[in-house]
Amino acid sequence: MYNIFMENKTQVIVVGGGPAGISAAVTVARTGKEVILIERGNFCGSKNVFGGAVYTKPIKEIFPNFEENAPLERNNTKHKYMLLTENEDTTISHSSVDENSNSYTVIRAKFDRWLSEQAKKEGVTIVTQTLVKDLIIKNNRIIGIKTELEDYYADIVILADGVNSLLAKKAGLRNDFKPSDVALGVKEVFKIDSEKINERFNLKENEGCITEIIGYPMNGMLGLGYIYTNKNSVTIGLGVALDELTEKQLKPYELLDKLKLHPSVAPLIKDGELLEYSAHLIPEGGYNKIPQLYGNGVMVVGDAAMLVNNLHWEGTNLAMISGKFAGETAVEAIKMNDFSKNTLKLYKQKLDKSFIIKDLKSYRNLMPTMHKRRNSFTDYYIKKISSFFEMFTSVDGIVKRDKFRNFIKSIFTDRNISELFKDGFAGIKLLWEILK
Amino acid sequence: MSLSDKLFKVKYTSDNISHLTPDIEKCKNCSIKTCTFVCPAQVWEWDEEKQEMTVNYENCLECGACRIACKNKSINWEYPKGNKGVTFKQG
Repeated sequence: MYNIFMENKTQVIVVGGGPAGISAAVTVARTGKEVILIERGNFCGSKNVFGGAVYTKPIKEIFPNFEENAPLERNNTKHKYMLLTENEDTTISHSSVDENSNSYTVIRAKFDRWLSEQAKKEGVTIVTQTLVKDLIIKNNRIIGIKTELEDYYADIVILADGVNSLLAKKAGLRNDFKPSDVALGVKEVFKIDSEKINERFNLKENEGCITEIIGYPMNGMLGLGYIYTNKNSVTIGLGVALDELTEKQLKPYELLDKLKLHPSVAPLIKDGELLEYSAHLIPEGGYNKIPQLYGNGVMVVGDAAMLVNNLHWEGTNLAMISGKFAGETAVEAIKMNDFSKNTLKLYKQKLDKSFIIKDLKSYRNLMPTMHKRRNSFTDYYIKKISSFFEMFTSVDGIVKRDKFRNFIKSIFTDRNISELFKDGFAGIKLLWEILK
Repeated sequence: MSLSDKLFKVKYTSDNISHLTPDIEKCKNCSIKTCTFVCPAQVWEWDEEKQEMTVNYENCLECGACRIACKNKSINWEYPKGNKGVTFKQG
């Protein structure tokens, strides 16, 4: 449409070289259309941080043979849920010997870089070390982007610029997030020999363990900790709602230091050499906070579109599948030679029909409910579970019947009955919304 | 291990100008100064004597927490230039 007077003009520009952007770009390139991906970091993945695992199936949808060549750390066969109080630990562990992998731990700097190299082989032009400063908007339509040096024009711009997406805001697609809409994640990666990791986590070669931590040092707060095993390193981190930090005036790295000192956690990272400390925001607003996903000449994907299912630790997969949908929509729009929101709404329709929006919709009240009931779920019940096992395992000459009775009685005496009802009601309501 | 020891492990390519700019007048009147504790790299330090905000932008991990946490929207938050800022190797 604007070809006549524009030199730097391509069919699709993707801003951001994370999993969402790369998936969008490669989907477009595979149909022979022109696509440029612009990444601000030194290489794709260099600005990215996440917990630690990617899910196999969704990646296969875009890179079917990735397991053969991609830089993968370990195949996660073990999942642990640790419920912590200050000096106690109740762990539920699930192991599987299934040959097919459900998830692998990866390191973004290696994995995203690999994804971008594949995309390049398939025809995506990748420009790194380039910051997109602004969008070019004409007649209420996004027609290009401004970098520090040059302007580039495109029929469609796909915004994959991550959780902070300054560009989605400039495009008028979203407002600023509130502190309660994001979690701040901090993590540390410790170098530990592969054999030591296998011993400490009870793993075979190349097997990995995902540990999710509820409670200490974030009892009463909306936050979770995690430990992931890589080939020769162990990742430990936590994510905590930003409003918790602001209200309680806490420093995120001090929370992580506390977690690292917990008697059940410290031995796992003992004598490890710190390789890197990092931080990143996680968009956790859920379904209610998803921005406008498309406009004239523009679509928003991945973290920039708030597509994270925090309960199930899903983010990378939603990023990649949303990127794929946006890529497919861009190809369709090019065929129709119509880049208006009327055509690009196809992207939202694809998302709506998929597990992405269906799941997020099921969990739409999870975060508001958790915010309200966080004292119950990350403090009271965790402590109660610990005290149950304490009671159940201690041998002290007290009649068992009396112990059980006292325990049950304590539930009703150390907590207001109306609070118990509210917790129960909130739990049932959430379950109903998921199952209905 | 102190925070500065941790940050020592992070790879940075520093710019000579800051990508973060506080609105000092607003900061002076801010009673909480959320940025000074919420930032995972302690980029923001309030100098009580000089009534100034010290911005250790070279340590910024580019997470964006300060931007969202600041109640008064006193921070002009940009990304560092394309070849500047943090490079995560273990993200």
